[in-house]
Amino acid sequence: MSTENCTECARHETLYHELDAFIEQNSHRPGVLIEVLHKAQSLFGFLPSEVQSFIAKRLDIPESTVFGVVTFYHYFTMKPRGQNQIKVCLGTACYVKGADKVLDRLKEELKVDIEEVTQDGRFSIHEVRCLGACSMAPVVLIGEKDFFGRVTPDEVPKILKKYRG
Amino acid sequence: MNTGEKTSIPNEVVAPQVEARAATNTILLCAGGACISSGEESCLTSLRATLEKYALQDVVKVVETGCMGMCDAGPLMILYPEGVFYQKLKPSDMELIVSEHLLKGRIVESKLFENPNTKVKITSAYDDHPFFTKQVKIATRNMGIIDPMSIEEYIAHDGYFSLQKVLQEMTPEQVIDTIKRSGLRGRGGAGFPTGLKWELARKVPGNEKYVLCNADEGDPGAFMDRSILEGDPHSVLEAMVIAGYAIGAQKGYIYIRAEYPLAIERLNEGIKQAKAYGLFGENIMGSGFSFDLEIRMGAGAFVCGEETALIESVEGKRGQPRVKPPFPAQKGVWNKPTLNNNVETYANIPTIILKGPEWFASIGTEKSKGTKVFCLAGKIKNTGLVEVPIGITLREIVYDIGGGIPNNKAFKAVQTGGPSGGCIPAQYLDMPIDYESLKTIGTMMGSGGMVFMDEDTCMVDVAKFFLEFSVDESCGKCTPCREGNRVMHEILERITSGEGEEGDIEKLETLGQSIIDSSLCGLGQSSPQPVLSTIRYFRDEYEAHIKEKRCPAKVCRPLIRYQIDESKCVGCTACAKVCPVSAISGEIKKPHTIDPEICTRCGSCIGVCRFGAISRVTPA
Repeated sequence: MSTENCTECARHETLYHELDAFIEQNSHRPGVLIEVLHKAQSLFGFLPSEVQSFIAKRLDIPESTVFGVVTFYHYFTMKPRGQNQIKVCLGTACYVKGADKVLDRLKEELKVDIEEVTQDGRFSIHEVRCLGACSMAPVVLIGEKDFFGRVTPDEVPKILKKYRG
Repeated sequence: MNTGEKTSIPNEVVAPQVEARAATNTILLCAGGACISSGEESCLTSLRATLEKYALQDVVKVVETGCMGMCDAGPLMILYPEGVFYQKLKPSDMELIVSEHLLKGRIVESKLFENPNTKVKITSAYDDHPFFTKQVKIATRNMGIIDPMSIEEYIAHDGYFSLQKVLQEMTPEQVIDTIKRSGLRGRGGAGFPTGLKWELARKVPGNEKYVLCNADEGDPGAFMDRSILEGDPHSVLEAMVIAGYAIGAQKGYIYIRAEYPLAIERLNEGIKQAKAYGLFGENIMGSGFSFDLEIRMGAGAFVCGEETALIESVEGKRGQPRVKPPFPAQKGVWNKPTLNNNVETYANIPTIILKGPEWFASIGTEKSKGTKVFCLAGKIKNTGLVEVPIGITLREIVYDIGGGIPNNKAFKAVQTGGPSGGCIPAQYLDMPIDYESLKTIGTMMGSGGMVFMDEDTCMVDVAKFFLEFSVDESCGKCTPCREGNRVMHEILERITSGEGEEGDIEKLETLGQSIIDSSLCGLGQSSPQPVLSTIRYFRDEYEAHIKEKRCPAKVCRPLIRYQIDESKCVGCTACAKVCPVSAISGEIKKPHTIDPEICTRCGSCIGVCRFGAISRVTPA
């Protein structure tokens, strides 16, 4: 257990180090907070309050400002997410083509609700705004790049299988 | 360093590109978002391998282009010099295309488009398919034609020649005058005259000004900005430099959604390439004029598409709208004069400069000049991206370009303008699509998303969907939008659950009007539009929900019931197996029944029944 914690500590230290370097490089540019938050979330996976305090200190702005921005934008999250984030597009085109039914099936298969992480940490489900792939509606995006178009509820198990390893 | 010597685009950059394309076989593969998700990448891998197998890799050039537009038929491919257009490709088709078409010169007929009217196979769909022939491409002129990652190809297609003309032959006033005379209006939705906007930004005194590009494409159903940035990033970059020169700004920002990583990557690459040729950055083409820009990523807030909220977000703050006036032209980014245009608006600029304002103004209607890019999505056969002259009728878009409604269903309405717009019902199919006409029927041009709906779409449900969006995306700054939309949503929730009351429609109308009258920003002021517009044209559907507890389109779950037609059911048990809640019972080979008490109306059974025995009925 203790060794595990230490690897975790070491990992965190590297992440903070990397974040620090990014801030160092960019802090001269005005209004850079959102970019720093993007970087932090890409490193840590989410934005816990410790990370927010760190950013506030380094940019010399109040923590409340950082918190205010984090909570304003949907993209930022203070909760951890699954290794594979399943994003179901609920844009108009996807909606009229039955995205809600795909979403229901995902919830059923993974036994979690929206914004929740499965017990094994492998998946989390998210509703997202239009992904701009309307011609392929309904669309599911897993991670940042794996697009699945014209998804039917019955295809859900097959799609998930690929990520179950 | 300004040597005082003016430089031009070197001819050695342009000529080889044009010659190369003409002399050798070139294969253009569409790498737009839809084609990628339908398997373009594996087709490309297979194509490259097949070319190597036949030792053709050096004589055939393969180019991944931006969106060709006909997303539904993807992945798409065009073979030059003949210009043969293939569709619905699979990796396994590459063998045939290389061995038959490239080696033997025989066209692979099975992969061609078919003329929807004559059913004849078409080799060059760009020239013969109504989806393409009705289009006029200005903003999307290079998409599907050039490699977006190659500035040389952009230059070979007249790219950066407008910038050269502007910097070497025109004064800022002349540039603005040209844009004014072209009649170009903002393509982000509201339709403000672009030239006037530029003039206002120019006239405000100050040494520090900014050029802003709104690429926060948030309307559900719209993907034209994404496609332009991914398919032809230089067209926007070039226009922004021109805008900088015209208003006297040396710095710009592109505000783009974080959800568009590929577009961000291509813009960054484009800037790098343009700088290498001296077309961007310090002392552009030796003119002494410098311009640079930064890309700022959004973080998922719809309201940031509103220009003052966008400015707040560029500054790294919560994206809450500012009170206008002062307008961004007076006080924008960092409280300095700022010019803000949308992606598609910018993409028009280089062509206007090059071909002249009179040419541009000859396209379109009296008050709405030029073309508009629309994204066709929803219940339409040819989903995709089209650019048409403004003033075209909706009927031409639906039936000629869009190919009609799938499964022989009836056209019911099209939603334009996203959550800020409204719907256009069938009785206006012959109305010209322009800024003014759309306004008179209670919707707006919007950014160009067109989501089609057929008889199976419940308009009350759609209105509820849009309102849910507005409730979710309200920034919370002003009360009418924050609270008013929430109350409207509650009423719609009741109506669609079968608990609507007499007077609900009137309440929605009054409340909607007060939100329009009293909200702070453009988004709040337009958020009730989808509800008001559906009430205006589909009041009977609202009334059916409220008075008869009936959903005519059979969508709203509490108002429908599934039933099995005993005469059609053969007792195959397929439905019972798929039912997630075991609501279907019956013996094998005997008609089954659905228990409405257990049934959750998920619709799984209807999809698996091969005998058409299951139907939805309303009221429940």
